[in-house]
This record gives sequence, C-alpha cells and structure tokens, in this order.
Amino acid sequence: MSKLKPQEEYEKTKAFRFFRWLSGSKDFYVGEVEMKPQKETEVPETTILERMFEQQMIRNKVYDVKNNKKLTFYNKVYVAAAIFFCIALTVLLLDTVSYLPRTGNSGNPDNNVVSKRYIEHGLQETGALNIVTGMILTYRAFDTFGETNVLFIATCCVMILLMLDEAILKEIEEKDDRRFEPRDDTILQGTAFVLCPFIFIFGIYVILNGQLSPGGGFSGGAILGAGLILYTSAFGFKKAQRFFNELVYKIAKITALCMYGIIGSYFYITGANGIENHIPLGIPGHILSGGIILPIDICVGIEVACTMYAFYALFRRGGL
Amino acid sequence: MGLIQNFPAVSILLCLFAGIISSGLKKQAARYVNTILISGVGFLSLCTLMYILETGEAFVYVMGKFPAPWGNEIRAGVLEAFMALFFCIIMLLSLAGGRKKLADEVEDGKTFLYYVLMDLLLASLLALVYTNDLFTAYVFVEINTIAACGLIMIRQNGRTIEAAARYMIMSLLGSGLLLMGLCILYDLTGHLLMSNIKEQMGWIYLSGQYKMPALVTIALLSVGLAIKSALFPFHAWLPDAYGYSTVSSAAILSSLVSKGYIFLLIKIIYRVIGFEVFYESRIVDVLFAFGLMGMIFGSISAIRENDVRRMIAFSSVAQIGYIYMGIGMGTQAGMEASIFHILSHAATKSLLFIAAIGLTDVSGGSRQFIELTGSAYRNKWAGVAFTVGSLSMVGVPLFSGFISKLLFAQAAVQNDVKMLPALIVLGISTILNAIYFMKTVIRIYTPVEEHKYESIAFKNMKLYVAALLCFIILNVVLGVSSQPIVDLIGQGLAMFS
Repeated sequence: MSKLKPQEEYEKTKAFRFFRWLSGSKDFYVGEVEMKPQKETEVPETTILERMFEQQMIRNKVYDVKNNKKLTFYNKVYVAAAIFFCIALTVLLLDTVSYLPRTGNSGNPDNNVVSKRYIEHGLQETGALNIVTGMILTYRAFDTFGETNVLFIATCCVMILLMLDEAILKEIEEKDDRRFEPRDDTILQGTAFVLCPFIFIFGIYVILNGQLSPGGGFSGGAILGAGLILYTSAFGFKKAQRFFNELVYKIAKITALCMYGIIGSYFYITGANGIENHIPLGIPGHILSGGIILPIDICVGIEVACTMYAFYALFRRGGL
Repeated sequence: MGLIQNFPAVSILLCLFAGIISSGLKKQAARYVNTILISGVGFLSLCTLMYILETGEAFVYVMGKFPAPWGNEIRAGVLEAFMALFFCIIMLLSLAGGRKKLADEVEDGKTFLYYVLMDLLLASLLALVYTNDLFTAYVFVEINTIAACGLIMIRQNGRTIEAAARYMIMSLLGSGLLLMGLCILYDLTGHLLMSNIKEQMGWIYLSGQYKMPALVTIALLSVGLAIKSALFPFHAWLPDAYGYSTVSSAAILSSLVSKGYIFLLIKIIYRVIGFEVFYESRIVDVLFAFGLMGMIFGSISAIRENDVRRMIAFSSVAQIGYIYMGIGMGTQAGMEASIFHILSHAATKSLLFIAAIGLTDVSGGSRQFIELTGSAYRNKWAGVAFTVGSLSMVGVPLFSGFISKLLFAQAAVQNDVKMLPALIVLGISTILNAIYFMKTVIRIYTPVEEHKYESIAFKNMKLYVAALLCFIILNVVLGVSSQPIVDLIGQGLAMFS
C-alpha cells in the first residue's frame, strides 16, 4: 500500500508488482503462459490381487539371494579384492620395514637431541621421576589435552546414539523392574563388597603416583572406572545412583576438564610469552611434586573414570 | 611477543572450553555459546590475519615453556589465518541457514550435543590449520573424525546410522594409513615437528638412503588424507553421509571437514616433505589421475541421480577431483588454483545444500525431482540462491566457480605434459556440471498449474534468507574481486617455506 498514490494508480507501478511477487500472492505464469494439463495416464485394469501377486514375484526375485548370480559373483569379487588388497598392503609394509633402520642402534635417526633432552634433563625440568608422564603431561601437554578431548567427544557420540529419554527409561523400568537390576547374586555381591574398596584405593594410588611410577591419569582412571562398573553390575543402578547419578557425572566431568583446560592454558600462555609461572616443581620423589603433572593427572583420572562408567551405563541401560 | 600472537592458540583453547562447558548447558544456552564462539574466533582470526599482513612474516607460538622440537608448537601465516577466518564464516552461515531444520530433525534432548560437537569440530579444524607438529595434527584428525560421525548420525533414522558407520570405517582406514605414514616418517627422521622433518627429508633425498621407505611414507600420507577427503575411488561413503544428514551437517561436512584434510595435505606437501621432493615422487601423478577420474565419474553419477541432495553430494566428488587435479599439476599455479577452489567450493556447496533444503521443504519434504517442479515459485529466495549456486558451480562469470576454472586452465597451460588431459577433462566436466545443474534449475522454474503444496512466506524464514543472502554475497565477492585473494594465497604459499 502506498500512502501517496491512490490504490488503482499504485497497482500499476513496478513497486507494487515487485512486492506482490515477493509476497507470493500473484503467480505471473497463471493466465499469461499457455499451460497444458498433463494427460491422465490410463490405469491398466489389473485387479488388486494380480498386482499383489506381481509385487510378491518381484520381491521374491529381488531378495532371492541364493540364485542371484550377479550378487554372488560380486560378493566373491569383493571378498577376493579385499583379500588381495590386504595381502598387497601387508607385503608392501613388511618390505618397507626391512628398509628401516634397525631398532636399538645408537646411530638411528630417532636417537637425537629430542630424546636426549627428555632423558637427561627431564627430571630437572618437569620434576617427575617417570619420564613418560613427564613427557606427555609437560613437554607435550597440548597433545594430551587434545587426547582427553577425544575421550570427551567419544562419550558425546555414544550419548547421541544410545541415550534414551527420561520418560522412556522410566516406562521400561516400570514394565520390567528387574531388567537393569541384577538378581541378588550372593557370590558377585560378596566379591564386589570385598574388592571394590581395594580397586578404588588402587586407582587413586595409581593416579596420585603418576609422576613417580608407571601409571598416571589414563591408567588410574581406567581402574576407577572398572571399580564403578563392578559395583554397578553387582548392586544395580539404583544403589550406584545414590552417589553417582547424571548430575554428579556432569559436574565431575565438566569440572575436571575445565580444571585441566585452565591449568593447561595458564601453562601454555605463560610459557609462550616468557612469563615465569608460579607452579612449584617440588622435590622429585615426593607425592607433591612434578609441577602441573599431579593436578592434571587427577583431572584426567576423573575424566577417564567418568567416560568408562558412562560407556557402560549407556550401553547397558541407555542413561546414567 | 605481542598480544595478537596469542590469538591462534587462544582460539583453539576457547573452542575446546566452549565444547566442554556446553555439555552441561541447555540447548538454547549452548546455541548462544556456539554463535558467540564462532564469531569471536572469526574476529580473532581476522586480527591475526591483519597482524601477519602488517609484519609480513609468519610466527611460531610455543605451547608451553619448552621450545620445539621438545614441546608443542603452532604456527600462523597468512594462509592459515585466512583459512581460519573463512572456515568461521562458512560455519556460522551454515548453522544459521539450517537452524530451523535442525529443530525439526534432531531430538530436543540431544540438540545441545550438536553444538558441543560443532565447538569441538571448530577446534579441530583450527588445530589442523595452525599446527606445526604432525602428532598434534593426528590427535585433532581423530577429534575431527569422531565429531563428523556424530554430526551425521544426530538425525536419527536408519540411513544416517548406516551412513555414519560407512563414514567411520572409511575415515578410520584413512586415519590408520596416516598414522602408519607418521610412524615411518618418525623412524626415518626422529622428529615430529614439521620444519625439522623437512630438513631431514632434504638430507634423505640428497643421500639416496631410505629412498623406498620415504616413497611409501609419501604414498601413505597422501592416500590416507585422500580417503578422508573423498577422492574419487574412495568416495563411496559420501553421497549417503551428505545426502541424509541434517542440512547444516551436510553443508559443514562438504565445505569444511573434507577441506580441513586437504589443507593438511597441502601443508604436509610444503612444510614436511618439501615441494620438490613430493613432485619428484610419482605419487603426484596418481593424485592427478584420480582427480581427473573423479571429475568425470562424480559428474556422471550426479546426472544419473534422482534425489537432489544426493546429486549435490555427488557433485562434491567432482569438485574434490578438481582440487586434487590442481595439486597433481605439480606447479605453484596449480596449487594456488586448488586453494582458491577450496574457498569457492566451500562457499558454493554450502549455499547449494541450504538452498536445496528450502526447495524440498516446500515440496512436501520429497527430494525427488518430479516433486520439485515449480518449487522455486513456492520459495523464491531458495530458488534464486540455488540458481546462483548452480551458475557458480558451472562456472559462469561473476561467480566464484568461474575464477577457479580459469585458474585451473591457466595452471594447466603452464604444464606441457599434463596440459592436454587437464584441459580436455576440465571442458567435459564443465559440460557435465552444466547438464545436471541446469536440469535442476529448469525443473524448479517450470511452472505447475495445480498447486499441490503451500508456498512459504518471507516472515517465516528471515534467518534462512539472511544466511542465503550472505552466501550469495560471499560467492559474488570471491568471483568479482578474486585478484587480492589469489595474491593472498600466493603470499601464504610463499610463507610456507
């Protein structure tokens, strides 16, 4: 509508036609372009029964896998091609390996400044007796942060696939209340009653001693997760949910990852800008040593334990 | 060290943080976090780009207090910062264009996971672009793969689950080959940092020792990344994955995820193996041949397709073929053309996917061509956008596709051996492109007498139209003012060495 021109005059302007086109109230082709209606196709006068029979015949023919020569032929070709490619790749890679420098020679390319510094100065620079932990959590801390995020994103993907709605979960549970809860298996419960505390304590020990002995966040977290799984499979989800439900899971996971991120970011950014960071390295050999290794190990441990348990719960029940 | 030099690292960390925090938020909040994050990272990348253009040289950034080769390192040059900026723009627009569809196709309780995946995907793309360390690249390739699987299967019907399974198998095969290549490379050179490996590779090449393992490594790296970016014989997973997933996922997968891997391959060629060494090996001819085959067979499959989304997906196979043809040309000009085509294809393909969803929505959700007849009148904006995208893909002047075809042809003329096949296939492929895209455009503009479906009004799709307009503008900008961008690419490639 235009306020300046009367309606009739306005309808002749281009602006009116443009807005009419935009709003879709006028189709330029209707009445201006010759359009022929499509010819009606003649329905062949076969009865419904005949059609159904035909369809059944076609279906039988299509799904008749045994007598389908093309299909069996191509299946064989695919299998043969797959075997051929696997063998070819294996032979090629084995041949390549024979050209590589022999393991353990002192003159190998991988015996260079990199590993030398890790071995010779690792203890002073990271404060960790365990060189491997020192390397992955201090020298190459960024890669490990990425690796922890791989676990996190894997849980997200499993959630997309397997997580059920609260309502559906409740319905399933009401229908069959023993579905997720184990029958009271005395042997399993007795064993779990004895073992679980030790498994948890051992897991915590492995996490805390990551900088001193073999282990660390990833292996310790896996042990903790295994303990949680054992507890749940013996005593059921209802009991486990008293201390480990979805809320606790979310809080633990997000706090652990965020703490790792914050410690990591502080370490990267101060290091890159040449600012002294105020994380004490401690005395090598003590529990409180290794600078950022111990807090990161704890965070990684919590994250790995949560991931392990979440996988189990999602696969078994479809929810935490 | 200046403040701006922190920006690349900060943007990767911000993405990871946003992903972690979003996993505890409701879908609305996760969406806001995601939008703010992408715009913020885009701004940081823009600042980085300006800074590098001003100083005129790339910088490395040590992640932590230990310098490389002991610690991790990232590196930012013109091309890296520009790619990061471009990826952010495309991701933002694709998400905006597919937002309404996302609400229909994804379960309400799982929408926040979509944004978590998107944040982490952006983190991995940035890391692939900026990394100066092969193992960091591998870690983020893993994140990228898992995130892409999640993006495919978050719309849960049988086909997407199957597509995701296929994608996962092929993609993990690619990752496996990449990892084997990295292992052999580490054994030969003793380093994971790109610049150190390049130094050592130069020595190996000169001394002639370890020639065979070096060749196998180059082959494994190239083939691994080619599988992940759907080069022709390895493209079987692609049509289902792009055709059935929710539209933002399809747009992002085709325009960003596969391009991230190609960019990594280009980076490996320049910064790890060395341009000359790579071209001395005959692997480059294999890539060239597969690229040419992809250009033809991808287009033929697209012509035979009866489903518009799958047709666009098959067109991606052809376009990836173009990019590998440029890489396989073995000249600086070919590489520049490839990188320009990465940009142009990203801008066009996401436009096409998002326009196509508008057309299918006003055709009762059907994607068959017969139902799409006249759909451009029912959704005019989508019709115009689809036409623009098609014209660009075919290579009509004014749009970005024309410039990339021109650059490919120019690059082909400089290489006397590969000139003839490249030019012939380029011509044939352009005609095939025209056949299937123009067929679709004519189909959607064919009027129907009987109005079977409702048309959609502008007020119901404001965000969608805004996204489409931005895409069209991006396309025209790439097509009209291409010279500064080509110069930028040349400058960036010069900074690689």
